[in-house]
Amino acid sequence: MEDFLEIMTELLEGFGNTIALFAVTLLLALPLGLVLAFGSMSKFKPLKCFVKILVWVIRGTPLMLQILLVSFLPSVFGVATKDIASALGLTVADTLFFFVALAFVINYACYFSEIYRAGIEAIPVGQYEAGKVLGLSKRQIFSKIVFMQVVRRILPPMSNEIITLVKDTSLAQVLGVLDLLNAAKAMVNKFVVLTPFLYAAVFYLLFSGLLTILFGWLEKKLSYYKV
Amino acid sequence: MAFLEVKEITKKFGETSVLKGVSFEMEQGEVVSVIGSSGNGKTTLLRCLNFLETPDGGSITVGGTTVFPTEKAKEKKETNGLNFGMVFQSFHLFPQYTAIENITLAMDVQAKERIKRQGLKLLERKAALKQAKAQNEETAKTLLARVGLENKMNNYPCELSGGQQQRVAIARALALSPDILCFDEPTSALDPELTGEVLKVIKGLRDEGRTMIIVTHEMQFARNVSDKIIFMADGVIEEIGTPSQIFDDPQSEKTRAFFAKASE
Ligand SMILES: Nc1ncnc2c1ncn2[C@@H]1O[C@H](COP(=O)(O)OP(=O)(O)OP(=O)(O)O)[C@@H](O)[C@H]1O
Ligand SMILES: [Mg+2]
Repeated sequence: MEDFLEIMTELLEGFGNTIALFAVTLLLALPLGLVLAFGSMSKFKPLKCFVKILVWVIRGTPLMLQILLVSFLPSVFGVATKDIASALGLTVADTLFFFVALAFVINYACYFSEIYRAGIEAIPVGQYEAGKVLGLSKRQIFSKIVFMQVVRRILPPMSNEIITLVKDTSLAQVLGVLDLLNAAKAMVNKFVVLTPFLYAAVFYLLFSGLLTILFGWLEKKLSYYKV
Repeated sequence: MAFLEVKEITKKFGETSVLKGVSFEMEQGEVVSVIGSSGNGKTTLLRCLNFLETPDGGSITVGGTTVFPTEKAKEKKETNGLNFGMVFQSFHLFPQYTAIENITLAMDVQAKERIKRQGLKLLERKAALKQAKAQNEETAKTLLARVGLENKMNNYPCELSGGQQQRVAIARALALSPDILCFDEPTSALDPELTGEVLKVIKGLRDEGRTMIIVTHEMQFARNVSDKIIFMADGVIEEIGTPSQIFDDPQSEKTRAFFAKASE
């Protein structure tokens, strides 16, 4: 029984970190992705090229590689992780979490940007023109007319990507971040039982299940009109 | 000086010259129909008037003010009324808004900007906006009643027939009281049994004294509703005149050929 309590405490702590990584990534990558999407559709060629290449590189290489790269990059310039930690006023563990989150945000922003772009490009040009002849500015057209139509269109691919993110968070352990899976692994090693893996699986399932329900509800709520 | 003066408008798409110097005038309260065979630049002309395309050359003057060419495009936005309104062939209603919201949207945006410029305190601003919105809703209801759709105000476009959608689009275009309302084949996307209700609305607007430019293939309608007919061919105005001049006694060879072909 005591074992079970210890396992659970440890798993819950790991789950907390998993959720934190998930939330930080979403919170930052969703807006950053929109910015990148505008960049990739920009009429300013150098910007467009830069974003396209960035998205190509990020989507074409493993996320794990990107995490490792971010964490090793400072040492190339002779800066140790603990120096960064003290400069930021963080613990070393938090600094590692920061590296992981940085890689996640960049990676997911690139994926999201492609989803946004496809969604924005699918809006018929007539919607923009109707707004324009009503005297609306570009910004007003986007915020009042286009945006909600884009949200509705991209919700299914977005929810897919976001549920993938739940599982991708387990990559954080390459830097030793104590996420849910890492915590489970530690408990499996400590108590030489497999049940922690089972519990971790249940946690993941509950989390992604909850998200599935949430997105299903949102999709239903937004489908009050047909296009 | 005429109310609307269009002078020598030219427009090229790449190498193809679509408008090769279009000039005409019209007075306030007049209805002008534009006819001509497909691909002759009728839509392009309307799009130039509405600044959906930028003409390569020429000028457009409304009520003595040159609206093209102008460096003060931004300044123009500050004024309340619009010079031109546009009703599209395929409506382009905003699908996520109800009929009445489609109409109030631009009015509310405009009211918000106007109130912002007054530099009121937050609470006063909120109150002013609320009042403006209520007023806009009343205006929208009146407009919907005018196109015979007051009972559909809370329906989404997908719940309306094509003819009803087009009537909402007309009400939407009227909301900002444009000086000149343009129609680009307003009934071409409709089933034949639905064209009547839309044409009736346009006729009603004519009787109220609205200034309108109508691109149409409905010859009988053009004849009944218009003060002037413009026949376009190959990117220029081939012939312009009263309906009886154009329909009964066309001077140009091209106009005659067009009618001969149309009546086949
Ligand atoms: N954006 C564009 N790019 C290139 N060519 C265009 C564009 N818009 C129109 N055109 C060309 O300009 C010509 C005139 O088109 P426009 O739509 O003005 O004709 P129209 O008189 O309205 O024809 P219809 O009666 O079929 O509607 C056509 O040959 C068309 O292919
Ligand atoms: Mg046309």
